[in-house]
Amino acid sequence: MAKDGSPEFMTTRLDTIVNWARKNSLWPLPFGTSCCGIEMMAVLSADYDMARFGAEVVRFSPRQSDLLICAGTITLKMAPVLKNIYDQMSDPKWVMAFGVCTSSGGIYNSYSVLQGIDTIIPVDVYIPGCPPSPEGVLHGLIKLQKRIQSGEYSHRERARHQVKQQ
Amino acid sequence: MERTEVRENQSLTNQEDSDEIYEDARIYMNIGPSHPATHGTLRVMVRLNGETIEKSISEMGYLHRGKEKIAENTTYHKFIPHTDRMNYCSALNNNVVYTMAVEKVMGLEVPERTKYVRTICCELARIIDHLICIGINAVDLGAFSFFLYGFHQREEAYTIIEKLCGARLTTSYSRVGGLGWAPPDDFLPALKAWIEKFEPVIDEMDRLLTTNKIWMDRTIGVGAFTKEQAMAFSFTGPCARASNINIDLRRDQPEPLLKYDEVEFDVPLGKNGDVYDRYLVRMEEIRQSVKILKQLAQKCPTEGPIWVEDKHVRIPEKDRTFNSMEALIHHFKFFMEGFNVPAGEAYTALEGPNGEFGFYVISRGGAKPWRMRVRAPSFYLYQSLDPMIKGQKIADLVASLGSINIIAGELDR
Amino acid sequence: MNIQNQVEVIQSKLGSRVSKIEFDRVGCPIVWASPSNAIEVLRFLRDGEGLEYQFMADLTAYDDQDSDEESQGRFVVVYNLYSPENKTRIRVKVRVAEDAEVPTACSVWEAANWAEREVYDLFGIKFSGHPDLRRILLDIRWQGHPLRKDYPLRRYQLFNDPEQIPKQLLEGEPHGKN
Repeated sequence: MAKDGSPEFMTTRLDTIVNWARKNSLWPLPFGTSCCGIEMMAVLSADYDMARFGAEVVRFSPRQSDLLICAGTITLKMAPVLKNIYDQMSDPKWVMAFGVCTSSGGIYNSYSVLQGIDTIIPVDVYIPGCPPSPEGVLHGLIKLQKRIQSGEYSHRERARHQVKQQ
Repeated sequence: MERTEVRENQSLTNQEDSDEIYEDARIYMNIGPSHPATHGTLRVMVRLNGETIEKSISEMGYLHRGKEKIAENTTYHKFIPHTDRMNYCSALNNNVVYTMAVEKVMGLEVPERTKYVRTICCELARIIDHLICIGINAVDLGAFSFFLYGFHQREEAYTIIEKLCGARLTTSYSRVGGLGWAPPDDFLPALKAWIEKFEPVIDEMDRLLTTNKIWMDRTIGVGAFTKEQAMAFSFTGPCARASNINIDLRRDQPEPLLKYDEVEFDVPLGKNGDVYDRYLVRMEEIRQSVKILKQLAQKCPTEGPIWVEDKHVRIPEKDRTFNSMEALIHHFKFFMEGFNVPAGEAYTALEGPNGEFGFYVISRGGAKPWRMRVRAPSFYLYQSLDPMIKGQKIADLVASLGSINIIAGELDR
Repeated sequence: MNIQNQVEVIQSKLGSRVSKIEFDRVGCPIVWASPSNAIEVLRFLRDGEGLEYQFMADLTAYDDQDSDEESQGRFVVVYNLYSPENKTRIRVKVRVAEDAEVPTACSVWEAANWAEREVYDLFGIKFSGHPDLRRILLDIRWQGHPLRKDYPLRRYQLFNDPEQIPKQLLEGEPHGKN
């Protein structure tokens, strides 16, 4: 409870179990556009298996997934599409910015590349690299899992919660 | 939506009848930029009659990163990483073509060892690109095992490439006037060992699909493109050879650019130009590339210079840079200003895994190009999708789109 | 036929329709034509005896600002052709002013369709007779032509909703018997 009486977050045993279930059964939406898409496919296939961490069920529909893996350069023509997809996903949802092009525009500082997807959607974990090595991706995924387990409200929900209080 | 009554004993698979029955059943569907079957960022809007495609419009440009404009604002050396990310499934090949294009404008001639190593890079890139193309094509049609086999073999190839360049996917190995560094001593033995392990696996992967009844039913007759149509649409590469056009830029150069004239290989040709033929042409090209690699691994010299004589295009070695003032200044100027390329233009094209990959470089002197045009094969191949799938079903669209091997990085640049 | 013979044939048969022929750094001939007779030159190169440039490798353009011939036309449209029979390459260049039009090459090669759309998108050169000239690489609502030399590298134009394709493009003749 915050000092003014507004509820912040409360962790109970139920939350622990729910978070444990959520982190170990992430259903990714692979939104792969360019070179990082190939590395993402490599992470999802046999040698570096993301299925070991529970992220096996790859669903290409935003209504059925909860982790948006945004891999590859997002251009200004593609940005509204990404926002559309993100808005269609239902809560709780997490976003992984895979590669430097999604984190900050990468090596492309030109007229048609979005300089980081966090300009249009909130991001939970950034994985740098061009393309990131698969070990780095798995490290990022584990970090995301720890974050889910800790029960931290993501900043969107906190922002939404604060808006509700006003 | 009103429908006329279905008559008895109606064969619903008969094409002529479906026009009458589904008179008002026209659907406009968007197979959007985010879709599992559109590899990357392609968009196809179709007008359907039942499941038959009557007319389609394909859209591209969702990955347009402005590389040609970036090229006009950056030096020739700094553009090399951008070339990696064009056809990102076979990055080594792009580096080689780009550096050769700039060397042609400058009039440089690289030493023999560089040419051998570059040819090895191109063939290695060809193998991994074909593996991923067929793998993704198979995954779209449901054959998941080929994809996993292919990706495992890609990982093995990545180990070899990592030995050479340090990176798996975006290699940036070739330089204008030479190579980034000499290949390490254990590269050629590792390459030979990899070839020995890879050859039987290709036969195993072949057995998964080539005589598989389901694969044959789904791909024979689908997406057929005749020779005249393919010539009109500027097809190159495996798709052109599957339509019986005998063009292979490795063999058809007036003067040899790389070491293809010293190796023996066959060029497979298809007959009908459908998805099955493209698959067969690609599988055979993998085998031919392995044959080329075996010959090159024997012939490639293990020592010798890899840079041209002209010292302006290369970075001085680190011990000289740190110990001599002239080398330090040269190092600084190389990266801050770039080396000067004389005025002129040239169009250099080589046989990439997907077709004719070319660079049209216009230089007006100075360190930055005036115009850097990338001739990407996927651009001309994707244009043909609309006539190719007219009259076929949605499932055939997926098969055709996978077989053309559109790589959005080079399509949109 | 090798390059020398080809150049002689072109000069003799086409004569004044070709303003000049020069050579680039690797010895590839560059044939300069004008917008009015570009299609004729291309057709001659494609069908001519001994020339047989049946394959259009590339269609592109460049912005020839600050050069000597800029007064006659700011842009130059370039056609790179390849002959599979003779294994030679040739380039055809057409100089065009900023608001002038070039006839479309779609009648000669179908592959020119999208290539001309891209040139229109990035440079603003219009092609007369083109079946469907609209932007291809950028959003349809984009203002300006990026590859011109006066367009800055970093001028963004971000739109809030995805691009809509005009529905009448999908109307047209339904499929007949293949």
